[in-house]
Amino acid sequence: MSNGAILPLRLADVSFAAGGRTIIDRVSLEIETGPSTIILGANGAGKSVLMRLMHGLLEPSAGRIDWNAPERPGAPRKQAMVFQRPVMLRRSAYTNVAYALKIAGIPEPQRGALVRESLESVGLSHLARRSARVLSGGEQQRLALARAWALHPEVLFLDEPTASLDPSATREIESVIKAFDAAGTKVVMATHNLGQARRLGDEILFINQGRLVERAPVEQFFSKPQSVQSAAFIKGELPWT
Amino acid sequence: MSEALTAALALLVGLDAKLIEIVLLSLRVSLSAVAIAALLGLPLGAAIAVGRFPGRQTVIVVLNALMGLPPVVVGLLVYLLLSRAGPLGALGILFTPSAMVVAQAILILPIIAALSRQAIEDAWREYEEQLRSLGAGRMDAALTLLWDTRFSLLTTILAGFGRAAAEVGAVMIVGGNIDGVTRVMTTTIALETSKGDLPLALGLGMILIAIVIAVNAAAYLTKELAQRRYG
Amino acid sequence: MDLIRRLLLLVAWIAASPAGAQERFIVVASTTSTEQSGLFGHILPVFQRKTGIQVRVVALGTGQALDLARRGDADVVFVHARSAEEKFLAEGHGVKRFPVMYNDFVLIGPQSDPAKIRGGKDILEALRKIKTVGVPFVSRGDRSGTHMAELALWKIANVDIEKEKGPWYRDTGQGMGPALNAAAAMNGYILADRGTWISFKNRGNLAIAVEGDKQLFNQYGIMLVNPLKHPNVKKDLGQAFVDWVVSPEGQKTIAGYKIGGEQLFFPNAK
Repeated sequence: MSNGAILPLRLADVSFAAGGRTIIDRVSLEIETGPSTIILGANGAGKSVLMRLMHGLLEPSAGRIDWNAPERPGAPRKQAMVFQRPVMLRRSAYTNVAYALKIAGIPEPQRGALVRESLESVGLSHLARRSARVLSGGEQQRLALARAWALHPEVLFLDEPTASLDPSATREIESVIKAFDAAGTKVVMATHNLGQARRLGDEILFINQGRLVERAPVEQFFSKPQSVQSAAFIKGELPWT
Repeated sequence: MSEALTAALALLVGLDAKLIEIVLLSLRVSLSAVAIAALLGLPLGAAIAVGRFPGRQTVIVVLNALMGLPPVVVGLLVYLLLSRAGPLGALGILFTPSAMVVAQAILILPIIAALSRQAIEDAWREYEEQLRSLGAGRMDAALTLLWDTRFSLLTTILAGFGRAAAEVGAVMIVGGNIDGVTRVMTTTIALETSKGDLPLALGLGMILIAIVIAVNAAAYLTKELAQRRYG
Repeated sequence: MDLIRRLLLLVAWIAASPAGAQERFIVVASTTSTEQSGLFGHILPVFQRKTGIQVRVVALGTGQALDLARRGDADVVFVHARSAEEKFLAEGHGVKRFPVMYNDFVLIGPQSDPAKIRGGKDILEALRKIKTVGVPFVSRGDRSGTHMAELALWKIANVDIEKEKGPWYRDTGQGMGPALNAAAAMNGYILADRGTWISFKNRGNLAIAVEGDKQLFNQYGIMLVNPLKHPNVKKDLGQAFVDWVVSPEGQKTIAGYKIGGEQLFFPNAK
């Protein structure tokens, strides 16, 4: 899976408009392997739309989005995404993860080991046979992580994965993300939570009103923000958009 | 009237042979019809639900409208098709249970397709982003949703069966209500009532109502159990 | 996919019902009144025991029965409306018409007898009186043999019913049973075949008002549908049925059909 690496990802002057409104406004950036990238911004700044543009769920209205190597249709995906609310099939936790492998075309005999490994990595092995949709919010989100990671993607997008969870579930999710990051997966995560950004991020991409305002390593961003909006946001003074 | 009721109960309790024959034929016809309609209608509903093609909205509107097809009209159309004077006369299935199965299948196909389309489209709205993220194409998605909405779809199938079992117009025309061959519960009730001969009609009526209630109970229970077990 | 294959097999098994798979059978188009009289339930088992041929009766109004045969959907017609049958023959749809039996019509009415015709022996007089008094009269209105007999009687009674019918004339467009139900409900008169009347269980306040008039004679005829015009007709099996019905054995079986001790049909095949 390492030949034809899909990173780096290049966005060139990408804009996205819907319903007459410009949601993403001429964003240019490059995502490279290595440090975990946090897309930080207030609610409504455009983080979710930006994530979906990068992941390919949305088409930009203008500009280009280029991966280093294009994904072949029908081949297993090298990028995965975890959404704010996990969407599980009406089947067991095990089967939900196996489903991702099935779609990727992994032959049936090989799936079992991969599924078990994934469930193990998020601490859900004991719930493998449980029906996925009756698990708690935190457990479902861990399952979503297991499913996303089962194919060992090069890039893992996470769109505010803990926004709907309580603090203890949040801690569990964060530790899993840290583990994946340590294992070499490129983590790109959107959040509005400053503490989380500091805990998990290596670099910050600060988005405000659809524009990329600032990009800096995490400590630098928090101690010496370069723009007025960044400073205001860190202080919690940025208005809702 | 009360003697008719007593006589009806006697037929039921005594498992009258004629009564049993009629009930079994009714079940055979309607179950076959719903099986065919489901085999065709569920994939059709799924395809329309996840598909994007010109005229899609029109197709949905027409499909919903066809749910209200009057059974007698379906009976008439199928009769014209299967009559010796018609295009499919050579099949020779007019006035046999096969013709009744065909007519009922046509009658409930729109119901199953339209209701499954609705259920699957609702699910697609919830699942679309996630499934596309995993790399599922439209075909994969349709099949996945068909299985995932299986409990709603079962309810849809039960609704189709209920409609088939209760109709009289279509089977009367294409079956001919032939004694011992194409006489089902509904056509027998119609016949016996017109003869003023109520016990058999009442007995069959009670069975038919019991079936309808059972079908609805099954649909309700399915939803409840599914919700509890699978969420 | 395996599931689908299993479902298809299940459907095929269910649909291949024993009733449909019978090889030696014919379709006979007849009338609702004949079937509801119970005659077929009596004579057909005898025929089947003798020949092994199952007779499937589709019961409609006479007009519809003949139309069914015109489309080739029946092998034999067995109805009771001579002029319609002769027209059918003239069009080439039938092979030959054989008289089989007769029963009679009776005028049924409320026991209160508002038209004061009860016990009479003259049907034409009775009909004229009904029209004059304007008492409710229920007509089949469905091109059945009974309906055509009723129309013929009005004509012979010199009543142009199309022009002279008033609100008292209720055209229901239904079979004999429902029409009798309607007559009971509206305290009206109605022409019915004796067979249906005898087996009719929902009489309410109805009783026979007029009977015995020769004009109320109701002749039945049987015809094999013409295999030259309709090649799918099972001509050997159909002919076997026609032959049996007019044979001494068939005629005796018809005469043997009784309800409440009363014979319903009087065989008169020559």
